[in-house]
Amino acid sequence: MYAQMVQSEATQDDPEKLAAFQARIDAGEKIEPKDWMPEGYRKTLIRQIGQHAHSEIVGQLPEGNWITRAPTLERKAILLAKVQDEAGHGLYLYCAAETMGVSRDELTEMLLDGRMKYSSIFNYPTLNWADIGAVGWLVDGAAIMNQVPLQRTSFGPYSRAMIRICKEESFHARQGFDAIRKMAEGTPAQKKMAQDAVNRLWFPALMMFGPSDKDSVHSAQSMAWKIKINTNDELRQKFVDQTVPQIEFLGLDLPDPTIKWNEERGHYDYSDPDWSEFFEVIKGNGPCNVDRLAARNKAWDDGAWVRDGLLAHAKKKAARQHAAE
Amino acid sequence: MTREDAFSQFLLRMGDNTLVLGHRVSEWCGHAPVLEEDIALANTALDLIGQTQMWLGLAGEVQGGSKTADDLAFLRDAWDFRNVLLCEVPNGDFGRTLMRQFLFDAWHSIQLGRLMKSSDERVAAIAEKASKEVAYHLERSADTVVGLGDGTEESRRRMQEALDYLWPYVGEMFQSDEVDAEMVKAGIAPDPASLREEYDALVSRILGDATLTIPESSFAHKGGRTGAMHTEHLGHLLTQMQWLQRAYPGAKW
Amino acid sequence: MKNEWPLWEIFIRGQHGMSHRHVGSLHAPDAEMAIKNARDVYTRRNEGVSIWVVEANHIAASSPSDKGPLYEPSESKVYRHPTFFDIPEEVGAM
Repeated sequence: MYAQMVQSEATQDDPEKLAAFQARIDAGEKIEPKDWMPEGYRKTLIRQIGQHAHSEIVGQLPEGNWITRAPTLERKAILLAKVQDEAGHGLYLYCAAETMGVSRDELTEMLLDGRMKYSSIFNYPTLNWADIGAVGWLVDGAAIMNQVPLQRTSFGPYSRAMIRICKEESFHARQGFDAIRKMAEGTPAQKKMAQDAVNRLWFPALMMFGPSDKDSVHSAQSMAWKIKINTNDELRQKFVDQTVPQIEFLGLDLPDPTIKWNEERGHYDYSDPDWSEFFEVIKGNGPCNVDRLAARNKAWDDGAWVRDGLLAHAKKKAARQHAAE
Repeated sequence: MTREDAFSQFLLRMGDNTLVLGHRVSEWCGHAPVLEEDIALANTALDLIGQTQMWLGLAGEVQGGSKTADDLAFLRDAWDFRNVLLCEVPNGDFGRTLMRQFLFDAWHSIQLGRLMKSSDERVAAIAEKASKEVAYHLERSADTVVGLGDGTEESRRRMQEALDYLWPYVGEMFQSDEVDAEMVKAGIAPDPASLREEYDALVSRILGDATLTIPESSFAHKGGRTGAMHTEHLGHLLTQMQWLQRAYPGAKW
Repeated sequence: MKNEWPLWEIFIRGQHGMSHRHVGSLHAPDAEMAIKNARDVYTRRNEGVSIWVVEANHIAASSPSDKGPLYEPSESKVYRHPTFFDIPEEVGAM
């Protein structure tokens, strides 16, 4: 997911306060920034929301890679609007994290120097135009699986950001499917692009949900706090069940030959992604990690004089107004 | 030159300006100095792409063939483009991008104001819609130029450099030729030269607030709006923009 | 970090006649730019007709421990709520 392997913080607070806090969450109450909260809850959430925000911002890059090559004016406008939405989603999420006393610039610096992570998926390249369809359809499709339940998360600002994001997100997966459908139904070359995109992005999309539940050590506390709603494997299965018929509808070959309907389980069987590859990507060894971070660092460094200049002007203007009064 | 030829050239000039500048601005997506600017630049680019669809769509209609806005955008070579050179120069740093935007927005807003009174209803309708968008572009780019000009020492230096680099590309927007004469005669569009006074007043006011100095030389590069000689940069821009349409002719996207 | 743009809370009136509603926050060097940024960030889908911006650290907020004294008195004034009053059906809409 956009927030993968978020480590839960142990909490050493007053047991009575902890119990009261848990009772509020169990009763479905929202926790607001000024409410008492366990230190572990606060730290885990900053990490999770921060990682989610970073994913939106870094996620602009693989799709942005095709804005200048979009094949029609309409596709260019749709793609640009979509990538712009990702920037907006990052902005909403940073603001949610800021309510807990960490600033956006602090979070940004932690992304830029590698102290904080972003989703593994954005370390994969977009190599042909069909990738843009596949990213919208598969990657955003996978993200939505997680984001829809997160609208009910216990932390008020996070929940409100997710509600706004989900509302805007609804067009993303649809435009992706629409774009790849045109390709799948197009010329042989276009169909080849579509197949190539699905083959390359299928397993990375499955990785988005994080490691298998049996290897996922951080879930229990986060689920009790309702900052994680479903387990990794639940969501992954749901994604596979939803997506396989769509691939078949497009007339494309399944990217995993082991995919088979299991009558007994009422679900599709499928193969796990190569988890050693996943852990390499997380460590920084994915195909694009270095380039993605370099691009973000460059934008930040090159922009410093602009941020400073506009702030200096605002201060001068305020001082002049003050002097005139 | 027939009235139709001139009209078509005029529409290409309008549409190619917004096409090429919109493309340039879209290059910033994901790379701007701060999230709020990233989002604002994308809005500007989106407006310009939308305007392109209208201008080039009308150009195709006036030409009388079956050409769509996409055909015109993606299947013409550099010499057939009619945008002013200002729109095609590379982004440079954020300061140059915003200075270019301001210098263009100022012209664009005045031009659209005149076009709202065009004798051709279709032109007037496009201008009416676009002018609302461009009024905001101008407000934003002017504010940013003032903010960065009257900001820190570094931001002021960079903005002055941007102005010095871009100023020689300003004059082309006000050059008139037989296409313009034909448009004036038909009441479709104003004489470009007639916009200059209003433009100079607006631009010197804002650049004054920005504490920047307008270069003394009035030398003007030209060749974009006639297609006679574009910069080397346009070819590279088109190579990217048109690649899929060129590599896979006839495909539907 | 010391040069971070201040945080602004954004309130938007979605339609004429409605009150402004908090929609989120953003960063901007001053109030004017905050309004412009709000237009670009929060009205991309025609959501607004009027924008208010307030610098976040100028907002005074009640603290959660006040929750009892601040809100409970109004809870007991049930007559403030229209549903408190039984109106006979034959009287019609009121």
